[in-house]
Amino acid sequence: MSVFTLKVDGRSRTVDVDPSTPLLYVLTDDLELRGPKFGCGLSQCGACTVIIKGQPVRSCSAPVGQLDGSEITTLEGLGTVENPHPIQKAFIDEQAMQCGFCINGVIMTAKALLDRTPNASDAQIRQAMSGVLCRCGAHQRIFQAIRRYMQANAQGRMA
Amino acid sequence: MTSMLNAEARAALTDAGFTEAGLSRRDFLKQSGALIVTFAAAGAATDLLSPNAAFAQGINGSPSNQLDSWIAISADGRVTAYTGKCEFGQGLFTAQTQLVAEELSVPLDRVQLIQCDTALTPDQGTTSGAQSHPTNFNTSNLALAGATAREALLQMASTKLAVPVEQLTAKDGVISALSDPSKRITYGDLVGGKKFELRLNPGAKRKHPSTWTVLGTPVKRLDIPALATGSYEFVHNVRVPEMLHGRVVRPPSVGATLMGVDEASVLKMPGVVKVVVKKNFVGVVAQKPWQAVQAAAKLNATWSRGSGLPDQKTFYQHMRTRPTRDAFTVNSGDVDQKIAGAARVVQATYRYPYQMHASIGTACAVADVKAEGVTIWSATQAVHPLRNTTALLLGVPPANVRIVFKMGAGCYGVNGADTVSYDAALMSQAVGKPVRVQLSRQDEMAWENYGLAFVIDQKIALDASGTIVAWDYEAWSTTLGGRPGANNPGNVVTGFLAGFPPQAFNPRSPAPPAQGDFDNGSNTAPSYVTGRIGTAEAAGTGLVSSERVLSHTVESPFFTGPLRSPARLQNTFAHESLMDEVAASLKADPVEYRLRHLRDPRLKEVVTRAAQTAKWDTRPSPRPANRRTGVVSGRGIACVLYEGDNGYCATVAEVDVNQDTGVVTVKRCVVAMDAGPISNPDGIRNQVEGGIITGVGRTLLEEVTWSADRVTSIDWRTYRPLYLGANVPVVQSVLINQTEGHVMGAGETAITVAAGAIGNAIFDATGVRLREIPFTPERVKAALAARA
Repeated sequence: MSVFTLKVDGRSRTVDVDPSTPLLYVLTDDLELRGPKFGCGLSQCGACTVIIKGQPVRSCSAPVGQLDGSEITTLEGLGTVENPHPIQKAFIDEQAMQCGFCINGVIMTAKALLDRTPNASDAQIRQAMSGVLCRCGAHQRIFQAIRRYMQANAQGRMA
Repeated sequence: MTSMLNAEARAALTDAGFTEAGLSRRDFLKQSGALIVTFAAAGAATDLLSPNAAFAQGINGSPSNQLDSWIAISADGRVTAYTGKCEFGQGLFTAQTQLVAEELSVPLDRVQLIQCDTALTPDQGTTSGAQSHPTNFNTSNLALAGATAREALLQMASTKLAVPVEQLTAKDGVISALSDPSKRITYGDLVGGKKFELRLNPGAKRKHPSTWTVLGTPVKRLDIPALATGSYEFVHNVRVPEMLHGRVVRPPSVGATLMGVDEASVLKMPGVVKVVVKKNFVGVVAQKPWQAVQAAAKLNATWSRGSGLPDQKTFYQHMRTRPTRDAFTVNSGDVDQKIAGAARVVQATYRYPYQMHASIGTACAVADVKAEGVTIWSATQAVHPLRNTTALLLGVPPANVRIVFKMGAGCYGVNGADTVSYDAALMSQAVGKPVRVQLSRQDEMAWENYGLAFVIDQKIALDASGTIVAWDYEAWSTTLGGRPGANNPGNVVTGFLAGFPPQAFNPRSPAPPAQGDFDNGSNTAPSYVTGRIGTAEAAGTGLVSSERVLSHTVESPFFTGPLRSPARLQNTFAHESLMDEVAASLKADPVEYRLRHLRDPRLKEVVTRAAQTAKWDTRPSPRPANRRTGVVSGRGIACVLYEGDNGYCATVAEVDVNQDTGVVTVKRCVVAMDAGPISNPDGIRNQVEGGIITGVGRTLLEEVTWSADRVTSIDWRTYRPLYLGANVPVVQSVLINQTEGHVMGAGETAITVAAGAIGNAIFDATGVRLREIPFTPERVKAALAARA
């Protein structure tokens, strides 16, 4: 067990855990966050995604020992029910989910892409989402929500 | 900590002795305030997948007929409603809230729905099988409770205001005289905080759909904001004080039994609390989840050799050789004769593999087993049945067990939710502390209750004019275990490992004669037959009166269980493919050929509407002048009346087939859907889209694989899913709002027709008929190469 300090959603958090502990368990068990999810533990589904240095990171496969001092953004850090982030609002407006378990991976992966490439093409979006899984078949609405967010963003930048 | 309980409901629960996480050690049968619980004995029937059994796919329990079990109104007029049908992502929480708001004439935000808690909600058996809408949205249960309450309130107001009921109106929780609105009284003043002490009134009148202002509208789902912002409490997020973490250790191969466990191999690892062994069940409990994962991987357990598995390459043939349990859905007795005398016979065999639920999140449960009582937070579809089987598993009285539903990942049937509830219960009982268990991806996939494998032989006899005169169906499907129901924890892997047998397989051959009412609950009979048993009225949707539908169930080497549209999907694939093969052999247009053999006007309507909206070009398949290399396009149609009485659906699929690579791309699906009065148009649209898209994945990609002794589909590389970057069709829904009809389900209907429509479209594009799912590029290329 070693002590690590992480900046999670803007707050400094200190944990005392085995360095090999995947970040996902630190976030959900030690820090009791609800956003990132365990889907596979194998980086095959994206449900655990968080954003570090602008990149989508599969937290199930990221040992916390390598992340000391990192700034981490999770789904709950983007917004709240009372005040959702525009990307979350786009998913709410499009009703773009069914069980909602995959949505953390979807939103964090999409946001990481669109923060870097606001005008991403359809092909770029599909490439970025190609490692994220939805089993309920909400694919069509998910892409509608991503496009809706992109449009809102574009309008925002033009305003 | 956000949840779906508002402050009012949380306060009410606290008064009754519970906290939101159910930490109370108090007697949770205690009644308090307006909360009444009536327990009903869990149903004795279990969920058999015998194709001819006359039942719905899920038992609907035996819920209370007391109004107070369903509806409570507090002094400030807030309505609390209790339901035994729960939210899995299908929008049911919101739709039921709409239902109560509508029937009680209160604003939506004044209704708090409590779902699926054995201490609080009526026993409605299992939430499954497209049965939730038929059960709760027609004229019984929750719908009837709303109507009964509204009429009772009007009666009470009539007495209080001295105004006849016919001259009163109820709106926004206030009842007033039509002629003089100052004569008014609120629900809170009428009954607030007190019990109704009434039975559900079978004569209470539902509001007519034409008058709905809340039900029938696309209300946005109440839970989506919390889901989208990550604050939603899944079962995976439940935390209780002193909670420990468990991980299971499953056998390495099918049939392997535990020979020994070397506890010392892990007991000194950091945080490890206990190794739990019960017969062949093994688990490790630790302080932190990663410690449990590492210990489970390190634990030195010795297992016997497995019992071996039949060769996958010859499995469909193997199925035909096993002892069978036989049943007729229908048998007019003259099919052989009609076939012998037919102008032409078309026959084909269809094959459908084992597939998985493969939920995006592996199953998780938290169990707190104490001498005074057991509480399990579970994503089970069946809280009351699970209470019973958990009691059996732990050797405690059912009255001491409380199951609290918390949403898991979308389940599509019996996934690992019951299994992991047992895992957590066994481990908590062993350590005397609450234990949270989540399955690994491998353990979940290797030991799931798979959707049944099927091999289906069909023959159609035609007369000289090309009309079908006889339909002959004979199929083999596999079964082992299934839903635990109320009595069979051994129907899923954990119960089995802990020493409970799966429900017995009882061979029976030959099949007894078909009798009683025609029951197409597994869609074994195609849409085109009359469904007449003996001299009874024809109850099927078709016109072909010589009909024989014979089902053989055989024992499966793997656990099986209901997977979205169980048996119905496999059968419809076979029926709709053969119908198309016959039409093609006659150079008949597939739409016209179907309409010619259907008599149910609503089934004909969905076929017609789907075709019209898709701008179906009327001509036989295959498409003339398609080249034999490169990418070609085609269209196909399939239709079904789900379960013979539970949702009409037709879809036109448009595909591209790359004849060089064998890759099939489904470009568009137009779906016409008629499920009676629609409770939420966006909800039903979401289910149609989801059904088609998951149907595409099951048709093109998914198949359980195994080796000589174990399942080899254990992650997302070895069981192929439809990722978000993949090509998915545009799904266009044509929703028919049948306001005069019975409310039917819609969660499993669109998926039922996907495979048939896609297979028919591939034929249209290429002239090649695929009869084995999934339509992998290898299979497509092989079929193309075999083209004459």
